[in-house]
Formats: sequence, structure tokens, C-alpha cells
Amino acid sequence: MGFLEIRNVKKRYGGTDVLKGIDISIEQGDFLVLVGPSGCGKSTLLNLIAGLDQLSEGEIWINGVMVNDLHPSKRDIAMVFQSYALYPNMTVAENVVFGLEMRGVPKPEREAAVAEVAKILQIEHLLTRKPSQLSGGQRQRVAMGRALVRKPLVFLFDEPLSNLDAKLRVEMRTEIKRLHQNMGATIVYVTHDQIEAMTLATQIAVMNGGEIQQLGSPKEIYNRPVNTFVASFMGSPSMNMIPAVLGNGGVEIASGNGAPISLRLPANGRGPNAASGRKVILGLRPEAVTDPGAADRNGAVTDANCHVEVVEPAGSDTFAVMRLGGVEVIARMRADTDLKPGQTAPFAFNMEKAVLFDPQSGNRID
Amino acid sequence: MSAAAGARGLSLGRIVLYAILGLFAIFYMLPLFVMIVTSFKSLDEIRLGDMLGLPQQPTADAWFAAWQTSCIGLTCEGLKGYFWNSIKMVVPAVFISTILGSLNGYVLTKWRFPGHRWVFALMLFGCFIPFQSVLVPMALILGKLGIAGTTAGLVLVHVVYGLGFTTLFFRNYYEAFPNELIRAAQIDGASFFQIFRRIMLPSSGPIIVVTVIFQFTNIWNDFLFGASFASGDSAPMTVALNNLVNTSTGVREYNVYMAAAIIAALPTLLVYIISGRYFVRGLMAGAVKG
Repeated sequence: MGFLEIRNVKKRYGGTDVLKGIDISIEQGDFLVLVGPSGCGKSTLLNLIAGLDQLSEGEIWINGVMVNDLHPSKRDIAMVFQSYALYPNMTVAENVVFGLEMRGVPKPEREAAVAEVAKILQIEHLLTRKPSQLSGGQRQRVAMGRALVRKPLVFLFDEPLSNLDAKLRVEMRTEIKRLHQNMGATIVYVTHDQIEAMTLATQIAVMNGGEIQQLGSPKEIYNRPVNTFVASFMGSPSMNMIPAVLGNGGVEIASGNGAPISLRLPANGRGPNAASGRKVILGLRPEAVTDPGAADRNGAVTDANCHVEVVEPAGSDTFAVMRLGGVEVIARMRADTDLKPGQTAPFAFNMEKAVLFDPQSGNRID
Repeated sequence: MSAAAGARGLSLGRIVLYAILGLFAIFYMLPLFVMIVTSFKSLDEIRLGDMLGLPQQPTADAWFAAWQTSCIGLTCEGLKGYFWNSIKMVVPAVFISTILGSLNGYVLTKWRFPGHRWVFALMLFGCFIPFQSVLVPMALILGKLGIAGTTAGLVLVHVVYGLGFTTLFFRNYYEAFPNELIRAAQIDGASFFQIFRRIMLPSSGPIIVVTVIFQFTNIWNDFLFGASFASGDSAPMTVALNNLVNTSTGVREYNVYMAAAIIAALPTLLVYIISGRYFVRGLMAGAVKG
């Protein structure tokens, strides 16, 4: 059994199913990120784990104990809220220590615990201030301190970085990752930001419509998405989804101007060998479509000429937008590429990490 | 347009406007002025008939008389006993109704139960029941409880009557209070009352001040309940003031009446002045994201 085990958990509000049977199991020290669009049920699931909401069906186990009927304070969890939820009338030190105080921890121990956590989070100089006197990033640290000080079995984070500005968000992301590495804590983290999910997680659960679409390591999710939803949700810019037809050990794409482009599939057993003529959707990450000079030539790489519609320099890379198979395709080029819009230029298609999907169901074809 | 007028300084329109406003202000303040000057005049001076004139020989005799020696009904010990009656009524009544109102607001917003809307709607309805319609049933209940004609009975009546208003105030205030704070406190292990006492109440400063001002003013100034449920020695200030003015022996001592009326109004004035200073906005700033 996993350290945190979620078994067939369902949640209904009135007549609507918000969660339709969730199964997740993670080990101690895992960093599980629940990611998905708004309304996918990820925050609801987190609230169920916290005990702030009652589940309609299923079981939640933490460290071998079924916690379904346990009060939030008895589950040995700590939660960091999106709004930080710092008590406005208390100082930082009082905020951090409130949970210990409520549990009857004697004062000397409480003070020692605050000092320790304040040192880890570098908030020692803020301890006597009120939350209203803190900046967003400082509040965020205090909110984390309030969780850390309790040394719970599981940390729950509810979109903790979404109220910070872009620069601070990246800093705090690194901070959280460092904390996780140093303390080996078990964390469940909710976000709608797929980059946060990729950078922080050891396990990602991609959710949509109250169901888990895919549960796996960031690498698995990124490279082997089980369906078009996961493929297009994870990654930025998102994966190109090009209508194509199978044939001759590869796929053919209508290029718009005359001859179709034929791309060879790698001979590594992936992708269907037979079924010529079958319609598929070819999933190609932008980095798999690049300048011929920059491509990794070890794999199944095919060069083809394409008509460039738009060029978007992004600093570290330049993105080229073209039209293949009737859809927009984004290619990630070197930053110093001299592509011009309107030009027809050669592109290298690296098919090593290409994924094929069924056009009807959207599921991956292996 | 008004900005343009302001830029040109005082236009004719502005002058007329301020003149009218000033006139209304004077008209509104005039009775208070008459009360104050009259209370410092001797009876002889009042008989001269110059209502608006300043006192020629200012004297505080009327104030002492109102407080200590004026006759109310059959006793001539002034208002002071009744003043304390009112204090003994208003302090517990305001305190209890405010605390209960905040507890109600807390439950109705943060611990919702099926039918909470109905409970709140009924309490709101209670705000609109005319006082007169409950006089007789209320008297029966006070009689059954054995506290008819006492200050305790009056406190009960005012608490019950104030509850609808205080609940309304606190419910609306707590409605905007972030639920995540309650959830965080629950995870921290705080109980129902611990959350209330340690987190909700300390953050309720502004609404407590509003409620106290409202309740204090209403209860202190109430005449109907006081006259109906607290008779004789336990009558509140408002009833005593009425009795003082209506005591029909001897001459009508207008200076004493005026002084008595001002004394009766002083506590509410004080509550406004003192509480107003603590009416600090933005106590909630920084509770959640900035």
C-alpha cells in the first residue's frame, strides 16, 4: 500500500459528479502534482484529502490509516492555501505557532520550533510583524512556515504560487523544490500551471472533467501522453497535432502546396506497422520540428520544405508557425535563425518522440 | 461642470448653495442651542421670554436640580437613580445582544447547516415586527418568568429585539471574511469556539463598533418598552424624563427640564464620540493576498 492512497474516490454536489472515481497511490517522499484546467476537480480532491470536504464514495489512506472520518486536525496534514490564509490579527510568529498551540505543545518547544522554521525560510526578521505588513512573497513564506512547523505526514499545497508575480513565482518554485529535496517531505500540490507541474513533481496526475487522464512521472507525461488532452495540456507551446495518414512505414501529411510530406516513423516498434491508409493524428512537440542544422541526426529525422507563415522570436528560441495538414504547426528554431515569414525553408522532423493518436477517441496508438 | 465652477472660485450658484446649506444647519441646530442656553438660565430670566438670548447670569443650578432634587412622581431625588437604571439596562443588553449577534453571524456564514437561509430570513423578519404588537404577549412572558417590572426583564426584551439587527450586521460582515482562514484554523486544530474567539472576534473591530453604537442608541433611547415593562423605581432614564416633565406640581421649571433632557442624551453622544475614534477601517487588510 502507498503512503498516501486514494481509492475510487467520488464526490457529488447535488446531481453533478465532480470526481468520478479517482485512484492514486504515492510513496513517502513523493511530490504529487494534480494539474488540470479550472473545474477539473483537482482542488476538490485536495480538500477531500485535507478533510475539509466529505467524500461521497471511496477511501483515503494516509500512512496505513483510513482517514475518511477523521477531522482535518487529526489527519496529520498541513495545508498551504492559495490566499495564504494568514490570521490577520496575529503576528508572524503567532501565525506559525498557532497549530502547535492548539495541540497543546508547551511554550519553550513552540518557540524553538518557530526559530528553526524561521531560519529555514529566512523570515527571522519578520516574526513580530502582522501579515498586512508583509509582501506577497513574504506571506507565502510564512504560510509555508505554518505548515513546516507541524512536521506533518503530508503537505497539501493549493495553487500556492498563483498570487505571485512572474519573477517571484519562479523563485518560490525553486524554493519549494529545494525544501522538498532537503526534507524529503510527501507533498500533494495543486496547480493549473503545467510548467510548475513539470518542474516540481515526481508524479503528475493530469485531471480533466473529474477524472484522471494520466498518472505518471513528468517524463512519461511529456513524452508518452495517453491522449490528445494530456498531450496538448502539458508543454508550452503545446504539442502540434497534425492530421496524417499512415503508409509505407511512416505518415503522410498534406502540406497545402502540392506534394504531401512523408515522414518516416522510427523502427523501434512504436507506432503501428500495418494498417496502411489509416487516419491518425501525429503529435509532434515543437522542439521535434527544427532547423536541419540543429537537429539530432541520430534518430529518425526527415527533412522537408515548409512554408513559414509567422516568425516569433522568444529570446532563447525562435518559433516558426507554418500550416501542415490544415492546422497550425509550431517549430522551435535556434534563436539566431534567419527565417523570414513567407519563405519556404527546409525543416527537420525528428520522429523519435512522435506520438500517434486515434482521431476519433483521441487515445494514443501504440 | 462642478469642477469648472470650482476652478473659477465662488460663483453665484455656489454662494446660494452654501447659504441654503448654512440656513438648514442653523435651523437644525437651533433647538439644541435653545436647550443649552435655557438650562443655564434662572427661571426669572426665562420668564423674560428671550428664548435665543445668552444667559445673563449663567448658573448650573438647574443641572444640579435635575440630577439630585427634581421631583419625579412622588419622590424628589432627581434623575440620578434612573440614570443608573438605564446604565444597568443598557450595558448588559448591548453586550449580550452583540455577542449573540456575532455568534449567530459566525454560524450563519462559516458553519452553514441545511435551512440556514430560512433561519436568517426569519431573524431578519424579526427586525420588522412593530413594537406595539408584541407588548401584551411579551408582558405575559415576563410575568411567567417572574421578571416583570424589573431591569432584568427589560434587558431580556432588548436582547431579543436587538438580536435580529446584530445578527444581520455580523452576518454581512463575516460573509466577506475569507473561508480559507476558517479552514486553516480547522487544520491547525482550533475548535468552534477557539476559532471564534481567537480569529473571528479579534478581526471584528469595525462591526463591533457599529453594532454597539446602534444597539446603545436604540436601547438607551427606547421609551415604549421602558414605560411598559419597567415601572416605578426600575424605570429607565427616558421614562423618568417624561415623568419629570409631566409632574404637575408647582411651576414649570423649563431650565431643569432642558438640563434633564441633555443629561438623558449625553451617554449616546459620548458613545458616538468615543467609539467613532476606534472605528478604524482596514483591520482586515492583509488577511489574504495583497
